[in-house]
Amino acid sequence: MTDVAPAIELKGISKAFGPVQANKDISIRVMPGTIHGIIGENGAGKSTLMSILYGFYKADKGEIFIAGKKTSIPDSQAAIAAGIGMVFQHFKLVENFTVLENVVLGAEDSGLLRPSLARARRELKSLAEEYELNVDPDALIEEVGVGMQQRVEILKALYRKADILILDEPTGVLTPAEADHLFRILENLKREGKTIILITHKLREIMEITDTVSVMRRGEMTATVKTSETSPPELAELMVGRKVLLRVDKAPATIGRKILEVKNLNVTDSKGVHRLKGVSFDVHAGEILGIAGVAGNGQSELLEVLGGYEKATGSIRVNGEEIDLTGAHSDGQSRRARGISHVPEDRQREGLIMDFQAWENTAFGYHHDAAYQRSKLFMDNAAIRKDTEEKMARFDVRPPDPTLAAKSFSGGNQQKIVLAREIEHNPDLLLIGQPTRGVDIGAIEFIHQQIVALRDQGKAILLVSVELEEILSLSDRIAVMFDGKIMGERMPQETDEKELGLLMAGMSGEAA
Amino acid sequence: MDVMPKWADVILIPLISILLAAILSALVILAIGENPWAALKLMVSGALGSTYGWGYTLYYATNFIFTGLAVSIAFHARMFNIGGEGQAVLGGLGVALACLFIPWPHWTLALLGATLMAALFGAAWAAIPAFLQAKRGSHIVITTIMFNFIAAALLNYLLIGALKVPGSMEPATAKFPEATHLPSFQDMFNWGDTTFFRGAPANITFFVGLAACLALWALIWKTRLGYEIRSFGHSESAAKYAGISPTKIIMVAMLISGALAGMMAINNVQGEAERLVLNAVEGAGFIGIAVALMGRSHPFGVLLAALLFGFLYQGGAELALWTSIPRELIIVIQALVILFTGALDNMVRMPLERLFLSMRRART
Repeated sequence: MTDVAPAIELKGISKAFGPVQANKDISIRVMPGTIHGIIGENGAGKSTLMSILYGFYKADKGEIFIAGKKTSIPDSQAAIAAGIGMVFQHFKLVENFTVLENVVLGAEDSGLLRPSLARARRELKSLAEEYELNVDPDALIEEVGVGMQQRVEILKALYRKADILILDEPTGVLTPAEADHLFRILENLKREGKTIILITHKLREIMEITDTVSVMRRGEMTATVKTSETSPPELAELMVGRKVLLRVDKAPATIGRKILEVKNLNVTDSKGVHRLKGVSFDVHAGEILGIAGVAGNGQSELLEVLGGYEKATGSIRVNGEEIDLTGAHSDGQSRRARGISHVPEDRQREGLIMDFQAWENTAFGYHHDAAYQRSKLFMDNAAIRKDTEEKMARFDVRPPDPTLAAKSFSGGNQQKIVLAREIEHNPDLLLIGQPTRGVDIGAIEFIHQQIVALRDQGKAILLVSVELEEILSLSDRIAVMFDGKIMGERMPQETDEKELGLLMAGMSGEAA
Repeated sequence: MDVMPKWADVILIPLISILLAAILSALVILAIGENPWAALKLMVSGALGSTYGWGYTLYYATNFIFTGLAVSIAFHARMFNIGGEGQAVLGGLGVALACLFIPWPHWTLALLGATLMAALFGAAWAAIPAFLQAKRGSHIVITTIMFNFIAAALLNYLLIGALKVPGSMEPATAKFPEATHLPSFQDMFNWGDTTFFRGAPANITFFVGLAACLALWALIWKTRLGYEIRSFGHSESAAKYAGISPTKIIMVAMLISGALAGMMAINNVQGEAERLVLNAVEGAGFIGIAVALMGRSHPFGVLLAALLFGFLYQGGAELALWTSIPRELIIVIQALVILFTGALDNMVRMPLERLFLSMRRART
């Protein structure tokens, strides 16, 4: 087997951004006709490595061999010429072009468009048959679902004669069924001799589809192993550098009184699109209600309405009291006063001010609290700093320096700062969106424990997450959202990913 | 982790920028056949060499403190208020009305009343663009600059009409009554037979400016309102999440900004001219933008930058007076300083950041 040259071989790749060493002396061999997984936490350097391979960054040191030949890749044109195709996490498609136009864009045969389009149409047809990559060539991108958009990205690469396909976190936006479809496509591509590199942070995907897996940690390649010879706990340990608990330890819930009662909630956004369509549910004390669903099906709007910064019609009751949904005092302040804390989905855009120091962020949203005031006019900055120090110690924020800007902390530590702020204000109801997005495995464990501990104190928790595993392991009850509606509620012990996946795709559970 | 130590950001970068501007100015002066070293000496001695020179430098600096602070507070809310000029014009109108039509018993009360009116008129002039921004999304840059023109036209209309002295040919108000005259530095620093600041326009307003710096510093960094303004300025989406009303912050920040710009009028209208004339602001509103940029929107930085621009103004006037360097060239020099300290900040910053990085890496 040594006589086959690797499809890709990287030797001693290093890359630094300022003081940060993103890739340290990385060497890797990817054999042709295999699916090679690259797994690692956020910031481990996976994306940097792939960007070097695709010509976005230039490595400080190291060599790239494609099919045994030393190749220099100064830009993405060179990468395409070398037979490398990339499917980005955020698709690079022209929204108001058709599928066909997007495929041809940048790869036209001549100045005239018509012959190129005709050729592309023929080729698309044969690709579709070969790989189960069926798309409607004349549909507008903005009108097709994310699953099809992703297939268009794959087709773009194949149309450019890519032999090596790199997929960056491809399942993040897909329903389980769509993800299965994608994996079937990847299997077909592999059978035809294509080489596939799959970048992900999901252990399950690695186990399911890859032949070989490389683990990255802090810019270094810590191991490359045959997938059949490893296990999820071992991979997790390689990623984090210590043993981690993958499942959540929790006792059965002790359900108390009704804390949150949502009835017939409707939201129409500024473009006139109905984001929430008659949503109703309850959350009780001592209970975690998990909202599952593919991103963009109304979960964000639901959190924003409950958090007080999106207008809605319908009724919300907290502790039996009706909440004003549209009035002048319907804002984040009034919600906090009612005992609602909110860990928002996007901590960098909402939960934190990235340029503020940690202590300033600790007061954020609670800057009217009496404990933080020195007089009617002035804030007590010293008290806030001291409070931050204590919170940082309790939530193990590293480094525990209240004067460091929020942007200097890692994703997990940023999330801990938000969590500490929201949990320690002792809410009756905690709204928490994507609690572990962009958070390293070690911190995930800690954050999950904190959420369960809060539940065990008899608080009501509304958990929104696109990670089905997270929903299944944390929730005491699960509601699935699709297209602004709640498709159904299930108990976690009575359901599985398959059933929830169908609900997430809009298929009614009862009929299925 | 910040790339550069704070002192480099706050002191080194502005210094290098000024140095670059000075070198380029020297080349320009050389090109027209004058001696740049002699020109610099003349500027320094003219602006700082006597209490008379200082009296002018500090007078100009006072104007720039107010307009610089005005731009700064708006910057903190991520509003670009380039209407300081118009707001200062309106402030002048407020001062004139207060001084002409209210019989003040003493200058202290007149100062208080005029300051109030100046702030009120300036704030009112900023309120309309602020409201349009907050409620209608009309871009503040466009509206405030339009309001500069409206302010100039309004003042024109009043100075050739209702406020003109009957029978006079000049578009100006009558002289303000004696009781409203503010003590100049000459009145204040006058011990025995030595008179300092003789004939210079600097007056007590300079100390009002210093107080304004201190007050604004406390507002921005120590109060809840300042916290909310900064939050909104850094991230509107986060501010909404925290329950901070964008409308409120835009309105409040712009009102404070307009009030500060308006307050400049107690220096140039009440303190110096002692009547309201056309074009009393003389572009100080726009200089305020450069001052705020150079001062990093920090009140103490604004103070230092205002002093520098005061020096440039007075030194430049001396140059025009004593050399054959034309007045226009002085504006070129001032423009170079603005260009380097304001617009070309990154040109100095990037190489410096790289330098500090490589130094740090060499150490580890």
